[in-house]
Amino acid sequence: MNFPNIINIQKFSVHDGDGIRTTIFFKGCALNCWWCHNPESQNFAPELLYNAERCTSCGRCAEICPQHGIKEVNGQFLADRTKCDACGTCTEYCLNNAREICGQTYAIRDLIKEIQKDQMFYEESGGGVTLSGGEVMLQSPEYIEELTRQLHKKGFNIAIDTCGYAPWENYERILPYVDTFLYDIKLIDPERHKKYMGQDNVLILDNLKKLSAAGATINLRLPLIVPVNTDDQDIQDIISFLKENNIRILKTNLLPYHNTGNHKYEKLGEEYKGVTFEKPSQERLEEIMQQFIDAGFTNIKIGG
Amino acid sequence: MEERGMNERIKKLRRQSVDTPARIYMERADLMTDAYKMYEGSVSVPEMRALAFKYFMEHKHLCINDGELIVGEKGDGPQKSPTFPELCCHTLEDMHVMNDRELISFKVTDEDLKLQEEKIIPYWEKRSIRHKIINAMTPEWRDCYESGIFTEFMEQRGPGHTVGSQKIYTKGFLDYQKDIQDAMDKLDFLNDPEALDKQNELKAMSIACDAIMILGKRYAAMAREMAEKETDPVRKEELLQIAHNCDVVPAHKPETYWQAIQMYWFVHLGVTTELNPWDAYSPGRLDQHLYPFYEHDVEAGILDDEKALELLECLWVKFNNQPAPPKVGITLKESSTYTDFANINTGGITPDGHDGVNDVSYLILDCMDEMKLLQPSSNVQISKKTPQRFLKRACEISRKGWGQPAFYNTDAIIQELLNAGKSIEDARRGGTSGCVETGAFGNEAYILTGYFNLPKILEITLHNGFDPVSNKQLGLKLGNAEDFKSYDELFEAYKKQVRHFADIKIRGNNVIEKIYKEYMPAPFLSIITNDCISKGKDYNGGGARYNTSYIQGVGIGTITDSLAAIKYNVFEQHRFTMHELMEALDHNFEGYPEIYNFVANKTPKYGNDDDYADEIMESVFDYYYHTVSGRPNVRGGTYRINMLPTTCHVYFGEVMLASPNGRLAHKPVSEGISPEKGADVHGPTAVIKSCSKMDHLRTGGTLLNQKFTPSVVAGEEGLDNMANLVRSYFSMDGHHIQFNVIDRQTLIDAQNNPEEYKDLIVRVAGYSDHFRNLSRALQDEIIARTEQSFN
Repeated sequence: MNFPNIINIQKFSVHDGDGIRTTIFFKGCALNCWWCHNPESQNFAPELLYNAERCTSCGRCAEICPQHGIKEVNGQFLADRTKCDACGTCTEYCLNNAREICGQTYAIRDLIKEIQKDQMFYEESGGGVTLSGGEVMLQSPEYIEELTRQLHKKGFNIAIDTCGYAPWENYERILPYVDTFLYDIKLIDPERHKKYMGQDNVLILDNLKKLSAAGATINLRLPLIVPVNTDDQDIQDIISFLKENNIRILKTNLLPYHNTGNHKYEKLGEEYKGVTFEKPSQERLEEIMQQFIDAGFTNIKIGG
Repeated sequence: MEERGMNERIKKLRRQSVDTPARIYMERADLMTDAYKMYEGSVSVPEMRALAFKYFMEHKHLCINDGELIVGEKGDGPQKSPTFPELCCHTLEDMHVMNDRELISFKVTDEDLKLQEEKIIPYWEKRSIRHKIINAMTPEWRDCYESGIFTEFMEQRGPGHTVGSQKIYTKGFLDYQKDIQDAMDKLDFLNDPEALDKQNELKAMSIACDAIMILGKRYAAMAREMAEKETDPVRKEELLQIAHNCDVVPAHKPETYWQAIQMYWFVHLGVTTELNPWDAYSPGRLDQHLYPFYEHDVEAGILDDEKALELLECLWVKFNNQPAPPKVGITLKESSTYTDFANINTGGITPDGHDGVNDVSYLILDCMDEMKLLQPSSNVQISKKTPQRFLKRACEISRKGWGQPAFYNTDAIIQELLNAGKSIEDARRGGTSGCVETGAFGNEAYILTGYFNLPKILEITLHNGFDPVSNKQLGLKLGNAEDFKSYDELFEAYKKQVRHFADIKIRGNNVIEKIYKEYMPAPFLSIITNDCISKGKDYNGGGARYNTSYIQGVGIGTITDSLAAIKYNVFEQHRFTMHELMEALDHNFEGYPEIYNFVANKTPKYGNDDDYADEIMESVFDYYYHTVSGRPNVRGGTYRINMLPTTCHVYFGEVMLASPNGRLAHKPVSEGISPEKGADVHGPTAVIKSCSKMDHLRTGGTLLNQKFTPSVVAGEEGLDNMANLVRSYFSMDGHHIQFNVIDRQTLIDAQNNPEEYKDLIVRVAGYSDHFRNLSRALQDEIIARTEQSFN
C-alpha cells in the first residue's frame, strides 16, 4: 500500500462539516483550478516550500544540505528540485522558518492516534473527521478504504471533502463507512471547466449522480469566483443539473472567492493565474442564494 | 465613554462610579488610631479590634448617593479607599508614589500627608503587621522574597479569601448575638484551658454585632432625614423604603429581595472595613441566596424582573465604587489592579445536588452584560446538569470580548473540595473566589499565602544555587549546569531546590499566620463564618470549619518548555552542549541564533497535546503538589496548591534572565496553566488537551486563558463552538477557562491611543481589567497571547 502524503492535520476545524472536527489535508489533486488557495496540495510528492520574504540569505541551509542541492540565485536560496529529496534538514537549521517540508506520511495506526486525540471534542459537538485535500479520493484507495473502515468502526463521524474527479470505484469502496460527502461543483459548461480546472467535468458530474443514487448524504460546496461562474446562466445550469438528475442535497455552502492563497504560489516558485479574480458582492451572493431557494433548496449558507 | 445601565438612575450611578478617580480616604486610619490609643492594653486583643471597629462605625461619615437604592460606602463617596495602618503603615514616600504613579494611582492631598506624618506614622510605624512580619522573617526568607522566588500575600493585606454563604439571609445580627451569648454560656472554665481566650473572642464578636447594627441605624436615620427634605415624591418614597430596610437589616434577617441585597452590602462593608482581606468579600452563590426572596416577592406582587434587575445593577455599582486598597512594592506588582476580586458564582448546583440555575441566575447574566463593570467579577459555574441555554447565554456575553463571565467547572470544584476533606453539602455550596480559587463558601478560611516562581528555581538550579540576578546564593549547591550528566540528574536537582524554597516559604507562612492570629483577629468576619461562634475561635485563628493555606505555582508553561528544551536538545538530539546553552542564556541569546532557533522553534512544547512536553509538565506539577500539599499549617488545616498568577507572571519574569525555552530576559513567564506565549500552534483543542493532563482535581484551582478573534466566535455556530469547548474541557476535569475575544489590531490601537479606548476591558488573569491601566509589559503580553483561530 502506498502511504499518501499529508500536508496538515488541522484541529478545531469548524468549517468542514458539522461540529468540531479534525481535517486531514492529503497532498495531490488531478485538477489545477486557477484560484486554488492550496497550490501546495496539487502535487502528490512531498515538496520543499521556500518563503523568500522570511529568508535573510544567511546561507546556513546551503551549508547543511546533505545533498548539496541548495544554491544561491539572486540572493534567494533555492533547492535544486532534482537533488532535493525533501529530507527536511535545511528546515531544522533555518533560523527564520523560511523553509518547510510539505507532505508527510503516516501509518494508519498513527494517523488514527492523532485523530483520536480530539475525540472528546467530536463527541461534545457532534463533530468528527474530515478527509480533504488536495484530493483525498485520488490517494491510495487501499489506504483510504482501510482508514475510513477503521475510523467508522471506532465510531467517528467521517466527512469526505472531494472535487469529484476520481474513479467511481474509489467512492464505491468507502461508501459504507462515510457519513457525509462535501462535494464541490464549479461549472457545468465542460469547455470552461477544462480551461479553468485543467479537466472537463464529465467524471465529476457522473460521480455525483452515482453517489446520490447510492443514497449518500451530500453537502454541496460551490466556490463562487467572478468572472468564472457567477453569471445567472452558470448558476441556473447547476440548479438544472441537480434538479434534472434528481440529486438530493442536504446542505449547500456558497463559498465566495478569497485570495489568501496567492502568496503560496511564490513559495512554490509558481505563477498565480487568478490575479484578476474577484469575490462576488454581498448583493450578488444573496441573489445567488435566492436562486437556490427559489429552486426549492434548503439549508443554504454563505461561507463555510 | 459608553453609557450603560437599564435606566437613567443606573446610568447616572454608573457614570459617577466610573468617572470618579480613586483617592485615599484617611478617615479610617484616623479613627482607628484614636480607638487604639483609647483601648490598647486595657482590653484583650480581640475586644480591642472589635471596639475599634465599633468606634469607626459610630463615627465614620455616611453617604447616600443621589438615586441609589442600596446604601453604604466605605468613605464619604465612591472611589474612596481607606487605609489599614495596623497592617501596613505607608511611608510618606509610599503615598507620594500612590499619587504620582501612572497606573493604579490614588489621589493623596497635603492634609492626608500631614495626618500621615503627624499622627499615623508615629503610632503605627513599629506596630504594623508588616513591620512585625519583616522583623520575624529569617535572612534567607528575606533574600528569597526580595529576589522574586516567592511573594507574600499578608504583608500588606489581611488573610483571604472570604466568601459569604446563605447564613446572613437566614439570621440577623441580633440573632447572632444570641448565638454568641449561648456559646459564652456554654464555656467550661473548669475543664477548658482555652475558655478565657474563647470568652474574649466571643465578647469581641458580640461587640462587632453592635457595630454593624449601629451602621444600619445610622443609615436609617440619614435616609429619613433626607426623605423629609426631599421634594420629589418618588425619591421621597424610595428614601423612606431605604430607611425601613435599614431598620430591618442588619439587625434582623431580611424579609424582601431588596432587603436581602442591602443585608449583603452591609456585611460586605463590615468585612472590608474591619480588615482589607484579599479578594474583599464575595456574595458567593448570590443567585441561590436571593432566589427565595425573589420568588416570594414576585408572588406577593411587590417585585417584577425589571425591579429585580435594577436592584442588582445598583449592587453592581456599589462593588465598583470600592477600589482595592492601595498597594505598594511587590504586592502592587503581583496584583496591579483596582479590582478587589469580589467574585460572584452564578449557576452551579444546589446543596442537595440539583441544577442550581434559577430566574435570578439569568437576571445576573443580564446585569453583568448591561453593566460591563470591572467589579464585581461576574462568573458562571457550569455543571453537567446546567442547561445549555444558560451556558450559551453566558458564552454570548463572554464573546463580547471583555473577559466576563469566566467559566468554572462545578463538578471539578466539588471533587476538589471533597478531595480536601469537605462534606458533600459544603462542597456543593462552594465555588471559586478571587481569580479561580476553590473554597467552601462560608465555612472555610482558605488563605492564599503567595506566588511561587517555578521557572526561576530552574535558573537557580542551573547556577549551582546562585541567583545571577540578585547575585546571592539562595539555593542549595548541587552542581553547575555542566555537571548534570543526564536529564534525570538535572531534574533531581531541580526537585531538591523546589523543596528547599518551599520549606523557606512555609516556615515563613507559619510565623506570619501566627502573627495574624495573635495581633489581628477579625471578630466581625468570624460571626458570619461557620463554625467560629461554636468553637469560640477567630477566623484568623482556626475558627472556621476548614482552614487551608495555599501557595500558588506560577510559570508552568515556561518551566515545562525550558526543561523540554534541555532534555530534547542537550541530552537527546545533542544539538548543543549545556555549556553552550548557558552561554546563550547569559547573553540573552544575542549571538546565539542557532541555539535560539532550536529551543524556540524546533522543540516540543506544552500546549500542543504532545506527550513529550506534557509529561514534563505533569512531572513538575506532581512534584510541586507533593512538596506542598498536605503539610500542616498553624490553624489546624493543611497546605494545598493552585496554579494562577494574577499579574505576578510579569513580575516573576522581570527578575529572571533568559530561560532555556527561548523566553528572553525580564520578559513575563507564562500565566496560569496557559502555554508559553506563541508555543501553542495547534489550536484551542490541543491547548485544552495539554492543560487537562494536569490533575486539576488535586489543586485548589487552575487558570486557563484562551484568546479568540471576534470572527472565530461569530454567529450561532460560534456560540456552539464556545459552549462545546467549555463542555469538553470540563468533561476532562478542567477547572476554569476564560475567553478574551478581541482582535490584535484593536489592542495595538488601544495601546497607542489609550484615551480612545477608556472602556476597553480585557481578561488579565482570573479577572478583567481596563486595558489602559495595565503596564506596557502586560499590554504587550496580552497582545502576544496566541490568537487562536478557527481555520
